[in-house]
Amino acid sequence: MEIFQDVVCPVCGCLCDDIEVSVENNKIVKARNACAMGTTKFLNYNNDRIPSPMIKNNGVQKPVSLEECIEKTAEILVKAKYPLIYGLSLSSVESVKVAIELTEEVGGVLDNQTSVCHGPGVQGIHDIGESTGSLGEIRHRADLIIAWGANLQEAHPRHMERYSYTSKGRYRNGKEDRNLIVIDVRETLTAKAADKFIQIEQGKDFEFINALRTALRLEQIQKDKVAGVPVEEIEKLAEVLRSCEFGVIFFGQGVTQVNGKGRNIDGLFSLTRDLNSWTKFLIMPARGHFNVAGVNQVATWQTGFPYAIDLSRGYPWYNPGETTIIDIIRRGESDATLVVGSDPIAHFPPAISKRLINTPLISIDPAHSMTTMVSDVVIPSSFAGIEYEGLAYRMDGLCLPLKKLVKEPDNTMSDEKVLKMILAKVRELKKVN
Amino acid sequence: MTGIKVKVLSGRTLRQGVGKEAGKNSERYRTSVSICEMNSEDITSLSIKAGENVKVTSAHGSVVLKSVSSNQLTKPGMIFIPYGLYANQLFNETTGGSGMPTFKGEPAVVESAIEEPVKTLEELITEI
Repeated sequence: MEIFQDVVCPVCGCLCDDIEVSVENNKIVKARNACAMGTTKFLNYNNDRIPSPMIKNNGVQKPVSLEECIEKTAEILVKAKYPLIYGLSLSSVESVKVAIELTEEVGGVLDNQTSVCHGPGVQGIHDIGESTGSLGEIRHRADLIIAWGANLQEAHPRHMERYSYTSKGRYRNGKEDRNLIVIDVRETLTAKAADKFIQIEQGKDFEFINALRTALRLEQIQKDKVAGVPVEEIEKLAEVLRSCEFGVIFFGQGVTQVNGKGRNIDGLFSLTRDLNSWTKFLIMPARGHFNVAGVNQVATWQTGFPYAIDLSRGYPWYNPGETTIIDIIRRGESDATLVVGSDPIAHFPPAISKRLINTPLISIDPAHSMTTMVSDVVIPSSFAGIEYEGLAYRMDGLCLPLKKLVKEPDNTMSDEKVLKMILAKVRELKKVN
Repeated sequence: MTGIKVKVLSGRTLRQGVGKEAGKNSERYRTSVSICEMNSEDITSLSIKAGENVKVTSAHGSVVLKSVSSNQLTKPGMIFIPYGLYANQLFNETTGGSGMPTFKGEPAVVESAIEEPVKTLEELITEI
């Protein structure tokens, strides 16, 4: 049996790097330290593999050779006037680099899951600026943790233990040295574990944020209650925020996916900026997929923009609301989609999915999903962080190395290699044409 | 039968997170995303028992789900459906210029649907 130490978990944006994985006969038999999601992935990733490259023929997916799939994919992308390349949050940084090159070559749009998770958070960074730091800094120093619309206990099960509320750092010895305040519409498991839970009315985050900013400035709020919370409680909360030594707001999709969207995040970033007049305060999105932040990083250093990048004009163009995948599909502008390691059919509104499957759809994925089930071309790939190594970015922007733990099946390869094959074929076809 | 007006929230649950890692074809995944978490008062006002099916209808679609009593929904008037194809039947395609559909806060009506089955994921995909 081979034991791998300090394995980085390829599930959520926490990228826990203390997993001990035991491998016997090329099979993972144990994953120590991982949470329920991590353990389930390490032990079950191989259960539902796509057995072979497939192309849809008369409505039925039929096994074909990898070369046929690559050729078909390249043909679709070259023929398309405005193709979309989407996903990559479960791929390595190296794969993202090739995907951007491919998007540029075919004159399409590169978007990723950011669009439907923390896109408004990214817009908040543009609008206001981000006061941020590393999770390590938070572990060592933070005495006040705010979880705003973020159910850390279920979405990032080891977040509190490793980086925030209960973690033991150099200057804070676990939860007795910290306060956890949860602001949410539901009394989530995180709220139940908190020192203080403030329940606000659904869809009223923007009002609540601005009332809190008003209280922080010691100005009077001209109402008895805001978002269902009595003004006295808001003023008490402002005092707690003001008087901490080192605070941090982790925000989740409870604020990005509700009415207000980017404006809610502008408010939260502004609140953090205001708080830095009083004390040290950071803000950080609790990112979901393990390398969703990596796509933003790579895309920014390569194109200048973090997601929803239109490369059809010969130069990068970025305008969320216009170049974001949902909006492009809704307007019926795209004429082919390449999905890499994502399941938009399971996660987009059905009206969008309908349009998505009415144009050629290609999936690169190691395992079955709702999207692979309806794709015209399906290319099996390997699992990043299990079957191939590479880099990924944690939610705080720290880059960590993913490990190769087992040998991949003979008929699969990394997203990076598959994308490189497609890119080479696209260039070949473009030369002929 | 008359239903009750609610706001629909969708989001991550640990069961859904574990289910997706177990495999999108797995029973664990299907059962983790085909549920409607409700406040116990709302369940009572529909004259059903937790575990019986409900039908949720918004301006954009309708879906039958298994009801679950949730202690996270401490007030009536909100339901919670884990992220996935079931929840998405209820959401609009517009983004208001933000790129992001509104996955939380969609107005809907919940009614008892004890006799109606919860569709399989394959059935929902076929209907797309």
